[in-house]
Amino acid sequence: MIVDKKKGIKRMTRLLLIVLLSLLAAALGYVILTLPKSAVNLQELVAHNVATSGVSNPVTAVLLNFRAYDTFLEMVVLLVAMLGVWSIKEVPIEPITDIRNPVLDTLSGLLVPFLILFSAYLLWVGAHAPGGAFQAGSVLGAALVLLLLSGRQPFLAFQGLYLHFTLVASTALFTSIALFTLLVTGELLKYPLAQADTIIFILESIATISIGLTLALLFFGIYAKQKEKQ
Amino acid sequence: MLFMYALTGVGLFFIGLYTLIIHVNLLRKILALNIMGCGVFLVLISLAMRSGYSSPDPVPHAMVITGIVVTVSATALALVLMLKVLEMTGKAELYDEEEV
Amino acid sequence: MEIVTHLFDGLLCIVLLLVAWQSLTSSDLFRAIVLFIAFGLLMALVWGRLNALDVAMAEAAIGAGLTGALLLAALAKYQTLSSIDKTDSDNIVDKRQKNQ
Repeated sequence: MIVDKKKGIKRMTRLLLIVLLSLLAAALGYVILTLPKSAVNLQELVAHNVATSGVSNPVTAVLLNFRAYDTFLEMVVLLVAMLGVWSIKEVPIEPITDIRNPVLDTLSGLLVPFLILFSAYLLWVGAHAPGGAFQAGSVLGAALVLLLLSGRQPFLAFQGLYLHFTLVASTALFTSIALFTLLVTGELLKYPLAQADTIIFILESIATISIGLTLALLFFGIYAKQKEKQ
Repeated sequence: MLFMYALTGVGLFFIGLYTLIIHVNLLRKILALNIMGCGVFLVLISLAMRSGYSSPDPVPHAMVITGIVVTVSATALALVLMLKVLEMTGKAELYDEEEV
Repeated sequence: MEIVTHLFDGLLCIVLLLVAWQSLTSSDLFRAIVLFIAFGLLMALVWGRLNALDVAMAEAAIGAGLTGALLLAALAKYQTLSSIDKTDSDNIVDKRQKNQ
């Protein structure tokens, strides 16, 4: 009896859920299909102002100049996620003594230099073609993850103060540039016109290194084996 | 053509939401959340191309790039939390009190 | 020529929904994560189709690559820490039924 009743409830709950979600999906689909033409032409605004932003790629201009505040807060989000992972699980930076996989050895030996070069290229080309700091930072993070997986230990020599400083560097730089623009031009994160491209390039370079290191350390936080607690 | 992608985004969102509600395992919930996020990004970017200009609107592109980075850091934090729950209770699931 | 483009878009949307559905309802967690990585790469293709090339690069590197690596590392930890194996049945109402 109870089993049959539970089976009935199980099917009815699921059916009710599916019906409600389908109604919601239909409503959302209807809203999307009947959206009016955009009233605010952001494309025109961006295309008009991109010449004064210091770069010629509109997405990079929006990310690092017109909406630099969002990018600033994104660096803070990465830092906070890193702090969260480190506060829940202590990551021991200790030698990994597994047997190294020969395929992974060769592959990472071939790929990692290329990935570092490619990351630098993506950083540079972001000014006038698709690319930029986030893409370059993620490729750098992938290179560091490959180094970790193949048994080489990039964090053994690079720990403590250097590590913490590099992680915080991007947020600290963004904060200091925000204060600098506040003092020079009177508005937060409004770059002076003559130095806009220099400021954007400095911000992007440090952001690349910080993002790559943060992503690799997030992976290391999950991958590393805990120290044996005696 | 664009509205086909936007409707696919809506479909992905609701597939993810259904799975999020139904399943109890935390790893599946994390997968479902990621797919919901991808659905939202699809709607945003397909709507960025809908006015008659030849080049797309770069502001949603910037928002989605930010969104992807925030999603990966939230996923990493959620996975560490899940591993902690697993370590402390032996199962990667969260129960209400009256079900245990 | 237009019809081929539309056919390609339609096929891409259908495959996207199918891969997402399969990833979320597969009973083997490893298969679910691998299908999620495939889903991320298909999303990168969709971003390329929607003229959002920066987003495509970010999604391929972060969304598919790094999130996939994080999930697989978490799955490896999951298997060593928990008492159940890779395949698990975990629908919420099944659990209620099992605990009776």
